[in-house]
Amino acid sequence: MRFTLSWLKEHLETTASLDKISEKLTSLGLVVDKIENKTEMLAPFTICEIVEAEKHPNADRLKVCRVNTGKEILQVVCGASNARSGLRTVLAHPGDIIPSTKQVLKVGKVRDVESFGMMCSAQELLLGETSEGIIEVDSKAPLGESYAKWLGLDDIFIEIEISPNRGDCLGVYGIARDLAATGIGKLKPFKEERPRISFPCPLIPRVDPEACPHFTGKVIRGVKNGPSPLWLQKKLEAIGLRPISALVDITNFFAYDRARPLHVFDGDKIQGNLHVSLSRGGETFKALDGKVYTLTEDMIVIRDASGVISLAGVMGGESTSCDETTQTVFLEAAFFDPICIAMTGRILGILSDSRYRFERGIDPASTLRGLEAATQMILDICGGEASDVVVAGKEPDLRGSITFSPSRIQSLGGTEVSSQRAQDILINLGFEIKEKRETWDVLPPTWRFNVEHEADLVEEILRVEGYDKIPSTPYRERPQQKPLTPFQQRRFTIRDRLANRGLIEVMTWSFVSKEHAQLFGGGEENLVLLSPLSQDLNTMRPSLVPHLLKGVLYNQNRGAESVSIFEIGPQYSAPTPQGQSLMATGLRAGTFHTDHWSEKKRLVDIYDIKADVFQILEGLSPQWDRTAPSWYHPGRSAALKLGSQVLGYFGELHPRILKNFDVKGPVVAFEIFIDRIPLPKRKTTLKSKLTLSPYQAVERDFAFVVERDVPADNLIKAAMKVDPSLIENIILFDVFERGENKKSLGIRVRFQPKDRTLTDEEIQILSQKIISSIAQSTGGVLRQ
Amino acid sequence: MDKMGELKSQVLTELEQVATLQELEDLRVQTLGKKGRVTLLMKELAKKTPEERKVMGVELNALKEALITALEVRKNQLEEESLTIRLGSETLDVSLPPRPFVPGKIHPLSHVMDQAIYIFGQMGFVVGEGPDIEEDFYNFTALNIPPEHPARQEQDTFYLPPMEEQPLVLRTHTSPVQIRTMLKEKPPLRIIAPGRVYRSEYDATHTPMFHQIEGLVVDKQTHMGHLKGCLEEFCRLFFEDPDLKLRFRPGYFPFTEPSAEVDIMWKNGAWLEILGCGMVHPNVLRNCNIDPEIYQGFAFGMGLERIAMLKYGIEDLRLFFESDLRWLTHYGFATEARE
Repeated sequence: MRFTLSWLKEHLETTASLDKISEKLTSLGLVVDKIENKTEMLAPFTICEIVEAEKHPNADRLKVCRVNTGKEILQVVCGASNARSGLRTVLAHPGDIIPSTKQVLKVGKVRDVESFGMMCSAQELLLGETSEGIIEVDSKAPLGESYAKWLGLDDIFIEIEISPNRGDCLGVYGIARDLAATGIGKLKPFKEERPRISFPCPLIPRVDPEACPHFTGKVIRGVKNGPSPLWLQKKLEAIGLRPISALVDITNFFAYDRARPLHVFDGDKIQGNLHVSLSRGGETFKALDGKVYTLTEDMIVIRDASGVISLAGVMGGESTSCDETTQTVFLEAAFFDPICIAMTGRILGILSDSRYRFERGIDPASTLRGLEAATQMILDICGGEASDVVVAGKEPDLRGSITFSPSRIQSLGGTEVSSQRAQDILINLGFEIKEKRETWDVLPPTWRFNVEHEADLVEEILRVEGYDKIPSTPYRERPQQKPLTPFQQRRFTIRDRLANRGLIEVMTWSFVSKEHAQLFGGGEENLVLLSPLSQDLNTMRPSLVPHLLKGVLYNQNRGAESVSIFEIGPQYSAPTPQGQSLMATGLRAGTFHTDHWSEKKRLVDIYDIKADVFQILEGLSPQWDRTAPSWYHPGRSAALKLGSQVLGYFGELHPRILKNFDVKGPVVAFEIFIDRIPLPKRKTTLKSKLTLSPYQAVERDFAFVVERDVPADNLIKAAMKVDPSLIENIILFDVFERGENKKSLGIRVRFQPKDRTLTDEEIQILSQKIISSIAQSTGGVLRQ
Repeated sequence: MDKMGELKSQVLTELEQVATLQELEDLRVQTLGKKGRVTLLMKELAKKTPEERKVMGVELNALKEALITALEVRKNQLEEESLTIRLGSETLDVSLPPRPFVPGKIHPLSHVMDQAIYIFGQMGFVVGEGPDIEEDFYNFTALNIPPEHPARQEQDTFYLPPMEEQPLVLRTHTSPVQIRTMLKEKPPLRIIAPGRVYRSEYDATHTPMFHQIEGLVVDKQTHMGHLKGCLEEFCRLFFEDPDLKLRFRPGYFPFTEPSAEVDIMWKNGAWLEILGCGMVHPNVLRNCNIDPEIYQGFAFGMGLERIAMLKYGIEDLRLFFESDLRWLTHYGFATEARE
């Protein structure tokens, strides 16, 4: 909401400084966004008249002008096409700072002709966007006068934010009313207008009650609609509204002054009588903005014999709009249902000042008052004579009485406000206190019908009193438990483990393109956004891999040869809480590290990513199989399982996927379902007992030749099962291909007896058992 | 007698000329070995009378001891010298880069989440959760935002195809976690809920996905003074400024009443809006089957990107989600940087 200080002071009698007013506005909840004081910036620029404009001798597009400043005649070179003799415009003098460039103007020569000033465009003075020509000032404007002062721009411009519940402050009067309640000044009552009635209203609109509870109107005939008077034009211009014509400007004035939208129809263009009703679906309507809208059902419309001529409370129609030829006016003031207006505006995408006010709720009591005041102003400005008022329905009373315990100010608001002070505040804000005992019976003013609860009244009292009056009370409850359950803690633990493995955490969008979703097993219609920002981000992601791959590409394009990133975040398989899975997903791409003097650079492989996975799954021994999804290399990937539950996948990404994303390989990846990792079963903080054996451990090395497709894991398991209590660990220290279809696996078995030293004979027996167990399980043969 | 004196001075002289450990060893053998000069003198003892033997024996032993010590000293000396020479030849360039291990980094938002959880955890809050894809009911209606409410207009909502007539949205704020928590658990409640939220906006200062942290307290006595105290403490701890100034001013949220917006006084002397809060609206409590005549409490919500940008001086919001390694390495955190 925009207004000027002088406009505010038309309603508020106050001696308070601008700073004080600004501070009060913010503390009332009408937060000040911007205060602009253009006075100083625009002070030097004065009104001048071009006496003579001749073509520049050396340039076709320039003119040499003789300019009357009011004191002297100066020579000024000007390039504007609208520079012509007789034009009053705005002059900058040598030494002035031009607002748009912040440069000091100097006496200069333009193509050998001296120029002693500059005539300014609106853009140069930061008064408008366009710089098409120099400013054209009214021919009656006094020469030599400050342009800003003449325009009324020496005023102070204030912009405040109005929250959706404060429709009453979408007019300057309402803002003044709120400020007055703080004691900063006195609200000046406005005059109740009673314009002279000259004839009975010839139009008697039919109003369907479900469309509009209260509709009023009046015909004014014999008006002359030209430009509105200067004071009104300046007032509107000062808040950024373009003056159109007296009739339109008057309705805009009431919207901004009293938060009272009105509409003027050209009475001579109305065919037959008016009918206010709800729309049927499919009707079309050409609005004032020149666009044709197709209406859906239940929009409030005003029709005449020709069809819909106005979208009530939202926008008028082109066919009955007022212009300079208008002689008869039908002026409308009504109360339209905020919900209906909001829905209409939203469906059709029309944002007008009228809709903005109606959907936030206007004061039902302003309907008739606004109609009368606007009529009077039309008669004053445009002349003519007015009919009596036609009324349909009656003013709705939307208020409800509230039972209020003043003790709630303390118990909810946390601060003491005396009963007298609380009462004064409410009364100053326009509330009526009907009964005052233990609890009060409070009736809100007509313009605050959305005040419904005790809590609302506490807020009303506190915001006038100032939230800064509420003493800050330490809030500290003794924690009964850790903020994160062990289940919730895991994502953070996993994150730290992955970072400690050298992966960098990223955060990426939860949505991907539908094509990418489909590549990763998703893209079902129920996970596609109905109104996405772009086709790149229109489907809830079935996997974190696509965005991580895009991250790899982004960094490869910037020269990174080694990219290791991970994300902990959601993926979606269904639009339900259960369909959302928390994932730990990581990628390693390119080389394991960059060139280094100490180690040969190598490419990442699945064993790097497997190490990451086992860091996440610390302490678990999942089974694996080759059922990783399609985006993995079929021979270089695995699914990890506990029983039938899939914990996740790891492996090299499929070459086709890399090609699709334009990423240089190899890229290895893991995806772990964090919520499927079982929590440790133990209920106590005790760790299992550790016995440190005093006896010598013994190590034996073996090398076996097995078929190439025998998993090394099977060999180790076969050795281990010989005596799990005696075998402390088995290290696979050597793997190499041997011949076409064989490979050699070297293992080191470490025996750790707990109660004696092993004899050579015992070791010999154990070794034999290992050899035969491996032969039996894997067909492995000891290599001699 | 003289013989012994001579031998001693001769050996000591030779000892000084010895240059290597091998020469020293040779000298030792020549002196104290089986055929060494001292051994030979020992053997001569046998030819002497018992009296002579007694005197000479003592002297001879003393000579032997003295030479052993002298040899030992020289040996240490030589060893020291040779070590010095070896060390001199073994110098490494310690300025070479260490073996490559680059620890990863934690995303700044994730780090901010840690801190928020820690600070609120100390005040007795626990972490609550809710899904990103929400039913319209939880995201709007239960929060006192009926379908026609202007507040719905202000939040550009992403919609998904409805399920069983119920419109589905990507949650526009973390506030639906309030509803889920209140419907599931009984007061007293003290939760925070950090998480992803979505709005259909994309420009220099808005991304279609960002993060919020929600707070909710419901009990019988918590009032606005506590709300101020709680948020003041959080902001001062989070921004590591015990004198940080906060400004509470009236605001509007459909799900709180009274409502407040909170500004902090930034270093440049300007007030910066950082969060919205208020006392839980009686309609919201009622929607969650909690009697507003008995229970009350506060709620707040703030943007994690916003407070991260302020605290760490991060300028471009969009880079939070770009996976740019240069940015992540610069603005990210080591794991041990956590509290």
